[in-house]
Amino acid sequence: MCLGIPGKVVSLDRKTDTAEVDFGGVKRTVSMQLCPDTKTGDYVLVHVGFAIQKLEKEDALITLELFREIGEKYVEPGKV
Amino acid sequence: MNRAKYETEAELTGKLVEALRSRGSENYTFMEVCGTHTVAIFRSGIRSILPENIRIISGPGCPVCVTPMREIDRAIYLAKKQGVVLATFGDLMRVPGSESSLLEARADGARLRIVLSPMDAVELAQQETSSTIVFFAVGFETTIAPIAVAVREAYRRKLGNFFVLPSLRRIPPAIETLLAGRESVIDGFILPGHVSVIIGTEPYEFISRDFKVPGVVTGFDPLDILQGLWMLLRLKLSGESRIEIQYRRAVSREGNVKALRVMHDVFRPTDSHWRGLGKIPASGLALRDKYSSMDARRHFDIPEMPDKKPSGCICGQILQGLKIPTQCKLFGSGCTPEHPVGPCMVSSEGSCSAFYRYAIRGEAT
Ligand code: SF4
Repeated sequence: MCLGIPGKVVSLDRKTDTAEVDFGGVKRTVSMQLCPDTKTGDYVLVHVGFAIQKLEKEDALITLELFREIGEKYVEPGKV
Repeated sequence: MNRAKYETEAELTGKLVEALRSRGSENYTFMEVCGTHTVAIFRSGIRSILPENIRIISGPGCPVCVTPMREIDRAIYLAKKQGVVLATFGDLMRVPGSESSLLEARADGARLRIVLSPMDAVELAQQETSSTIVFFAVGFETTIAPIAVAVREAYRRKLGNFFVLPSLRRIPPAIETLLAGRESVIDGFILPGHVSVIIGTEPYEFISRDFKVPGVVTGFDPLDILQGLWMLLRLKLSGESRIEIQYRRAVSREGNVKALRVMHDVFRPTDSHWRGLGKIPASGLALRDKYSSMDARRHFDIPEMPDKKPSGCICGQILQGLKIPTQCKLFGSGCTPEHPVGPCMVSSEGSCSAFYRYAIRGEAT
């Protein structure tokens, strides 16, 4: 029941504190009351009609760190 | 996803599995406390690729499953009342009460409305002024924050026909009860990603400090889960008890400060009963005085109801990680998703339902 779906903020309506969020083609209006500092283009996690957190794009970094941890050489995609 | 990333992920999955298999031979039992993890772990088949010394068990992570039958009965009682429409999330509709489920109560005149957002219930109250809307509010912290916003909104709009029947629970006190209650078999926690988006990691720090058990806040992709397991294993191997965050793209130590503020404004801690775990001090939430006129339990005269349990159902023990669904005599015969006996089979995130849908015979330990 705590499922959060990531989506991209397409437009913001400051008056109603809502945003249009794109979930891979499907757009929904979402309350932004719990995520006040979000900008257009940001990715947010949405749960029961509310954005609950802005997502940081640090996946690549985690991957890099992880390779280091398990003692493997990491080759960045595209830079073989 | 581009090809390079795809290949990196596939490679990474392989490396992680290898790392999990090659380090450490002691037996470890890791518990997840989130229904979304229960389902993601089954769906991805992660159990089948783990080494034999690592076991994952499910704890009280499904809000529907931990709701005692009495609270379902209260919701049914209100739904049958003249003029009342009971609004709630779809997951609750088929949970057995002592005499019927909400859905079955419709035949006796119960009026129900499934909502996707707590704001839908507020809008319903605004539109249907001749009805009394009772929102049966079930959820953990992830859902509690949106519910708090909805309550504030109903207050701001001065809706006289909107009431809340709270059945809200906080995860950290349940973990404390699990660890303190008995000789615990839990070596580490896969902590819930989306509850932690709201509360951050500070509320879990007692787990490592007082019980010397590590925990890793983990995301929901198969790769997230494997990495979370690896981080837990690494903590076990080095003998460190810490709370770490794997799901860093969404979770910080302090959590969503705005959400916490709204929750604190609307709710105060109260004791709450959990199916399987009993009464846990300060694990539930009640409306603060400012909003108490919206409290359905104050407004309506709800009779005292005994807390019954479906006979033969061992959901309570499953929620504590003491038993697995296949140990229930009713599993798969008397109890199926089509004809559920207990909530762990009703909820799509319940252990019994996940076992039924995904488990491979013999693998499910
Ligand atoms: S299989 Fe059904 S009866 Fe048995 S524990 Fe699970 S929900 Fe309860």
